[in-house]
Amino acid sequence: MTRRTVARTLVYVSLILATLVVLLPLTVVFLTSLKSSEEMANGSGALALPDDPLNLGNYVTAFRDGQMLSAFGNTAIILVVAVGGTILIGSMTAYAIDRFRFRFRKLVVVLFLLAALVPGVTTQVATFQIVNSFGMFDSLWAPIALYMGTDIVSIYIFLQFIRSIPVSLDEAARLDGAGAFTVYRKVIFPLLKPAIATVVIVKGINVYNDFYIPFLYMPSEDLGVISTSLFRFKGPFGAHWETISAGAVLVILPTLLVFLFLQRFIYNGFMRGATK
Amino acid sequence: MTDTTRKSARPVPPAAPAGPERAAAAPRRTRLTRGLTPWLFLIAPLALLLTFTYAPIANMIAYSFTDWDGVSPELNWTGTGNYTELLTRSELFEVFFVSGYYLAASVVQIVAALYFATILSFDVRFRNFFKGVLFFPYLINGVAIGFVFLYFFQDGGTLDSVLSLLGVGTDHAWLGTPFSANTSLAGVSVWRYTGLNFVLFLGAIQSIPGELYEAAEIDGASRWHQFRYIIAPGIRPVLSLSVILSVSGSLSVFEIPYIMTGGATGTETFVIQTVKLAFQFNKTGLASAAAVVLLLIVLAVTWVQRRVVPDEKVDLV
Repeated sequence: MTRRTVARTLVYVSLILATLVVLLPLTVVFLTSLKSSEEMANGSGALALPDDPLNLGNYVTAFRDGQMLSAFGNTAIILVVAVGGTILIGSMTAYAIDRFRFRFRKLVVVLFLLAALVPGVTTQVATFQIVNSFGMFDSLWAPIALYMGTDIVSIYIFLQFIRSIPVSLDEAARLDGAGAFTVYRKVIFPLLKPAIATVVIVKGINVYNDFYIPFLYMPSEDLGVISTSLFRFKGPFGAHWETISAGAVLVILPTLLVFLFLQRFIYNGFMRGATK
Repeated sequence: MTDTTRKSARPVPPAAPAGPERAAAAPRRTRLTRGLTPWLFLIAPLALLLTFTYAPIANMIAYSFTDWDGVSPELNWTGTGNYTELLTRSELFEVFFVSGYYLAASVVQIVAALYFATILSFDVRFRNFFKGVLFFPYLINGVAIGFVFLYFFQDGGTLDSVLSLLGVGTDHAWLGTPFSANTSLAGVSVWRYTGLNFVLFLGAIQSIPGELYEAAEIDGASRWHQFRYIIAPGIRPVLSLSVILSVSGSLSVFEIPYIMTGGATGTETFVIQTVKLAFQFNKTGLASAAAVVLLLIVLAVTWVQRRVVPDEKVDLV
């Protein structure tokens, strides 16, 4: 009995330790974002509480001077177009592969499968030249096209899901005179809603957080997305940790809200996305 | 031919035979359009796939045999020169040792994830809170994480303050020496990615039917035995997936070191080096050769993993 109690205590101790490890760095940055530059200069220590817990001055500076408004705008545009495109591309591919038998079907499947094994970071050297030759370099189109065109995981998610939709539904629609496109639009697409939700969440979070692609393809300052705009804080705000912290909190906050409201969907989404 | 793959893929193929038979029974005109229809749906996806995945690979292999600088119209065929340079100039290859830190970190990460997934699959108070806390770092923007930890490791930052609170005063420059810097960065990577492994393991453990535990409990099995004989076999597929993701992830680390140190003090990784070669020094040829080497290594690792742990559920369409 006592052994069980000891074990139970150890379990809770380890959980509390892990919670501290996760939350402490974030909390300190949040506290720092509320401090004034004088407080920072006094060197009261990273763990000290801010004098004025409602001091939002740093957020104003970060938002205005860090061009966070246009960054959120650009991110939103890319997010909506790329996620919308991914849903169309993924569902169309899944529909064609799962519901039709045609010549070279196997080859097409293998092409999509192999592509999933190629890590995107490795090929950017050459992808860059192609994007450049289309004149998409330094425009919002570069990340949009790349997010849309290289997402194999979403195709998997749609494929898995479309298999569970009975073919008899397609057939019934066809007997009523519907063509392949009508079946896709009126029967399959509406039934894919759970898969679409998964893709929106997984893809949305990935796009929101991506740094590599916007950093490589959109060097212009007015094309900054939240990752690259935040990254630029490093220069002008140099040692102004209170401003940098405010910028980081501004970027983390939307993620936290989405996570709190959509927790269940997010766990399921990432589980499906990773184990494809 | 197609039908066999389909059956092996789907354990329950209730509607599987619909395809071919239907097409054969249809009149000639419909069969023709049937043949074209799937391609109408596939044009856009295939075009994107070929343009942004396969064309770059082909080009990259071609560039890797030239001395192209990425801008000028002329380029010279150099044979395997780039590969020889890559293998003989030791400083170009040394970056792979940095991956060792991240590889070691991913062992820590998987063990920690496994531990927390196991204890949280049993009845624990505030379960959802702990689950959320452990997973949340995975969702945070990489640049924000970089800044959070730059402040964490800073002189007089979070870590130093905590240590002095515990009575361990130190003025160690955490990002100052290659060993310390790489260890710190690898630690950040554990902080960031443990949550994903944890949620994957937890999902796998929870899909094990509960009666198994009850039966084991009645038979007097300890928690360790339950883990050893029920949980461990149940999560094998996810575990092997996590291992492969960690290996290829360790080889292609970019964000955290690039944001935090820019590759200074010996923290340069293979991808940082490749990006610098290609976009700062305009050595597209050499960078392509480097990328080809990385691609081959990642593919080899994947292949080995598929051989060692044959996928139980081969669900390739």
